[in-house]
Amino acid sequence: MKILVGIKRVIDYNVRVQVNRDGTGVVKDGVKMSINPFDEIAVEEALRMKERGEAEEVVVVSIGPDAAQQQLRTALAMGADRAVLYQAEEEIQPLAAARALLKIVQAEEPGLVLLGKQAIDDDANQVGQMLAALWDRPQATFVSKLERTGDTLKATREVDAGLENIEVDLPAVVTVDLRLNEPRFVKMPDIMKAKRKPLDIKPFAELGVEMPPQLEVGAHEPPPKRQGGTKVESVAALVKALKDKGVL
Amino acid sequence: MSRVLLIADHDGKTLNTGIARTVACARQLGNVHVAVFHAPDADAACAAAAKLDGVSRVLSVSHEANGTPLAAVLAPQIARLAAAHEGGYDYVLAPSTTFGKDVLPRVAALLGVPQVSDLMEVIDARTFKRPIYAGNVITTVKVPEGIPVLATVRIASFQAVGEAGEAPIVAAQAEAELPGHSRYLGLAESGGSDRPDLQSAPRVVAGGRGVGSKENFEIVFKLADKIGAAVGASRAAVDAGYVPNDMQVGQTGKIIAPDLYIAVGISGAIQHMTGIKDAGCIVAINKDGDAPIFEAADFGLVGDLFTLLPELEKALDA
Ligand SMILES: Cc1cc2nc3c(=O)[nH]c(=O)nc-3n(C[C@H](O)[C@H](O)[C@H](O)COP(=O)(O)OP(=O)(O)OC[C@H]3O[C@@H](n4cnc5c(N)ncnc54)[C@H](O)[C@@H]3O)c2cc1C
Repeated sequence: MKILVGIKRVIDYNVRVQVNRDGTGVVKDGVKMSINPFDEIAVEEALRMKERGEAEEVVVVSIGPDAAQQQLRTALAMGADRAVLYQAEEEIQPLAAARALLKIVQAEEPGLVLLGKQAIDDDANQVGQMLAALWDRPQATFVSKLERTGDTLKATREVDAGLENIEVDLPAVVTVDLRLNEPRFVKMPDIMKAKRKPLDIKPFAELGVEMPPQLEVGAHEPPPKRQGGTKVESVAALVKALKDKGVL
Repeated sequence: MSRVLLIADHDGKTLNTGIARTVACARQLGNVHVAVFHAPDADAACAAAAKLDGVSRVLSVSHEANGTPLAAVLAPQIARLAAAHEGGYDYVLAPSTTFGKDVLPRVAALLGVPQVSDLMEVIDARTFKRPIYAGNVITTVKVPEGIPVLATVRIASFQAVGEAGEAPIVAAQAEAELPGHSRYLGLAESGGSDRPDLQSAPRVVAGGRGVGSKENFEIVFKLADKIGAAVGASRAAVDAGYVPNDMQVGQTGKIIAPDLYIAVGISGAIQHMTGIKDAGCIVAINKDGDAPIFEAADFGLVGDLFTLLPELEKALDA
């Protein structure tokens, strides 16, 4: 089986994101960029499945700016076999991304598509579900445990009520949650080796995606600031403050 | 008047508490119908939905396949209902619960329209605010004319409507070809306590890595029980196995808005703070006076939680 893993280049999760001066977006200059953390977990899971003999090939694909080559190289250094970048400098919204992934899926014919459950930039949490719908295949979202038996997958999902188990037939789309695994540390020799692995770069237009209606994205603003920061000296003072406020 | 279809999240018996909050958003947009997909003979959720103020009709969609919440099974039926029922709906909404987040994008893709995730404010009929970057940025998005608006609603941003309504419950058909490739096996683990529900409780006490162990978490439960609060946790506490996953608060956990949130041994990482931005009052108890949570806390108490919590309990007795 071939596993296709989608990855997105995003601002690193440790960065405190700031709205830019004119409110048209966020500050990206000189800011550390990384693989979306959920996608990194998806890559790790694909590699583990390959190591267990449950897959033969791991292909990572990104739709994004030229600079996303960096994140694809990281995935190759982790152990992915090859990478493809569909170059798009403008923002690709979730439904367009799902349509693009469908074209890639039709060309690559993977047995499993692994994606992060959400990208930590737009926090949309849509692409996996949308791809599964367009592909007319099962979806297992927010997955924290995955087991393959023959042509089926048993997935444990993190849901509001706890953990839920479902079983889906392959091929399927799985979106992963943080608890699924701990991504491996990339070692120097692996980075050198990754330089020789194939990384194809193609224009997004080559996919021939019919562009769906897009959301018009307007102003960006920081959230209202909380008036916090008051410290109280004792438990008694805290209880009094909470009673005065009417919350106790 | 615009027509709004709200997809109910329920467990076969009770309606998710987020639905009353989603109705509050929906009624700003038009005439609200709530669709309840359920198994035959399991439609208690319909009655609960009919009571919500502002709901004008409950569509009861009974089918053998609807006894379990599988997105692949429900999405084609929802898409069908949204597009065809009485000429189609202008809005299709679901709460931003794991159910809504699982199913609605699948519906959006079937309808070929974009989805607004985590809608937090209605500006006008097509313009909305939503959080991005873990709530560090709020952005305004506009849905183009001529297509239905699909959105998951950030429930912490809306106040629940009352329960004095008497909407009629009518049977609705949503025939679609249903796939056999996905099977529901059941809930494996749940907090399942008789404590208040984390997402609707007015008071929440949450513990973090600082609590130190599963056994130590008892101290958090005790304080919560004392003030009738629900119990939450940070991701670190959940990952360390102190408490089950459904208690997690934050970007990847639950987004909540209680009147009072007491964070115990929690540092205040951005991903955690996202979950409590709309809390009425935040209290932080942490031994590190420089912990970032103090910047956002209305009241901070610096010290060891193992001394301060028992003291606090005692002070509440007085
Ligand atoms: C993509 C992504 C998503 C994430 N989503 C979430 C999420 O949804 N929710 C979430 O919570 N986290 C999330 N995280 C993790 C988050 O970044 C932090 O790691 C986590 O919130 C830290 O939890 P904590 O505050 O309990 O632990 P720590 O940061 O380790 O803090 C423990 C605190 O306890 C205090 N302490 C220790 N002992 C005592 C004592 N005896 N008395 C008083 N205080 C004490 C310490 O001073 C410290 O401040 C996410 C991370 C990523 C990368």
